[in-house]
Amino acid sequence: MKVLVPVKRVIDYNVKVRVKPDQTGVDLANVKMSMNPFDEIATEEAVRMKEKGVATEVIAVSIGPVQAQETIRTALAMGADRGILIQTDVDVDPLAVAKLLKAVIAEENPDLVVMGKQAIDGDNNAVGQMLAALLDWPQATFASKIEVADGKASVTREIDGGLQTLEVSLPAVITADLRLNEPRYASLPNIMKAKKKEIAIKTAADYGVDVASKLKVLKVTEPPKRSAGVKVENAAELVAKLKTEAGVL
Amino acid sequence: MAVLVVADHTNAALGEATAKTVAAAQKLGGDIDILVAGQGARPAADAAAKLAGVRKVLLAESDALGHQLAEAVTDTVVSLAGGYDAILIPATSAGKNYSPRIAAKLDVNQITDVIEVVSPDTFVRPIYAGNALETVQSSDAKKVITVRPTAFKPVADGGSAPVETVAAAPAAGREAGFVGEEVVKSDRPELAGAKIVVSGGRAMGSAEEFHRVIEPLADKLGAAVGASRAAVDAGYAPNDYQVGQTGKVVAPDLYIAVGISGAIQHLAGMKDSKVIVAINKDADAPIFQVADYGIVGDYKTVVPELMAALG
Repeated sequence: MKVLVPVKRVIDYNVKVRVKPDQTGVDLANVKMSMNPFDEIATEEAVRMKEKGVATEVIAVSIGPVQAQETIRTALAMGADRGILIQTDVDVDPLAVAKLLKAVIAEENPDLVVMGKQAIDGDNNAVGQMLAALLDWPQATFASKIEVADGKASVTREIDGGLQTLEVSLPAVITADLRLNEPRYASLPNIMKAKKKEIAIKTAADYGVDVASKLKVLKVTEPPKRSAGVKVENAAELVAKLKTEAGVL
Repeated sequence: MAVLVVADHTNAALGEATAKTVAAAQKLGGDIDILVAGQGARPAADAAAKLAGVRKVLLAESDALGHQLAEAVTDTVVSLAGGYDAILIPATSAGKNYSPRIAAKLDVNQITDVIEVVSPDTFVRPIYAGNALETVQSSDAKKVITVRPTAFKPVADGGSAPVETVAAAPAAGREAGFVGEEVVKSDRPELAGAKIVVSGGRAMGSAEEFHRVIEPLADKLGAAVGASRAAVDAGYAPNDYQVGQTGKVVAPDLYIAVGISGAIQHLAGMKDSKVIVAINKDADAPIFQVADYGIVGDYKTVVPELMAALG
């Protein structure tokens, strides 16, 4: 079974985000970038499938600038077999990302796509579902447990109020939620080994996909700031303030 | 202009997020219809028909729709999409699951998590865990929009729209199959729409302690229970209690954070609350930077005092 794992290079989740003064976006100059945390979870899951003998090959795909090769190297160091970078400096929107991935899938014919449920920059939570739609594949989003056997995947999903279990026949798209696993840290020998693994460099034009966005960003602004309030001495004072000053009790 | 709102519901009842999404639809203008896609969902459809300002309610029923399976909901919405300029979907876990599938089938981008309708083609949405707000303009002829329910006040009851039955789209044969569901029944209010939320963090130290400290305080206040990611990851609280960038986004009148340090991912899920109270023994915890009222102290002494002060 061949598994495809799309991975995105995003601002590191620990970095404090700053909006540019000219309101054109978020300042990414000299900021630490990392693999999207949900994509790390997806990569870990695919690598575990390989270690269990369920998967035979894991391919990491990224769409982004030349530096997104580093993100693919991270996936390779975790245990993915090879990588594909669709190199572009455009901030590709989710529908175009799904179209590019569909084109990659037409060439690679994977049995399963495992990917993060959302990227922590755009927070769209959309590409997995869009890809499943374009391929007419079943989808199982927000997975907290995946078991693959006999051409099917049993997926436990996080829903409002609890958990839902679905069975999807392969090929399918599964998106990873936080609790699916804890991603490993790549060991030094594996980081060295990953340097020798192959990354194919492509462009969006190679796949005939137009990446110009139909969603125009007019401006990016800072959210209204909350200011720190007051410290109260004890619970009685707190309750009094909540009743009289804030009026919420 | 005609807008289709896809209802959030449990078949037996209409979710509050629906009335909030209708409020967002009113900002777009034009006729508003609500689709209730479920099974045995007549009660939800009847409730939707009572919402003010609704032209009609469409009720589509099948087994697959009863479980809100993405493939079935998508095919049914797409079969109705021709009559609408915009499709609005509440950003609940069910809506987030099927909305992008609908958008891709219609070959348009989704406008995600809208918190403000500037004009019928321009919207404001949070990005980077709410640390930035993006104003986007869509040139797509048909718009698929998810609405963050906490950003809109629900429309009131008072309408009497007709309920029309529409056909559920036939199964295409490539959909996920429903196996089972474990949904915890609780007498507490639903987290996403609660007026008061009491959340516990890593400081609780164990599931027993979370249960012993957070739940009685919540029950005393008639509040929903939430948790930080750290508390959920440690197994102190169930997954669906998580408040934050990737969990639930809440905006209650009162949010009480107990033993939560206030990572940016957690703040993303609660910083629009009207009043925030933080109880933490670390005076430098980031949660105090957004709290209206803070008590620096050990929750083990502060929470019992709070229980006593509440009477």
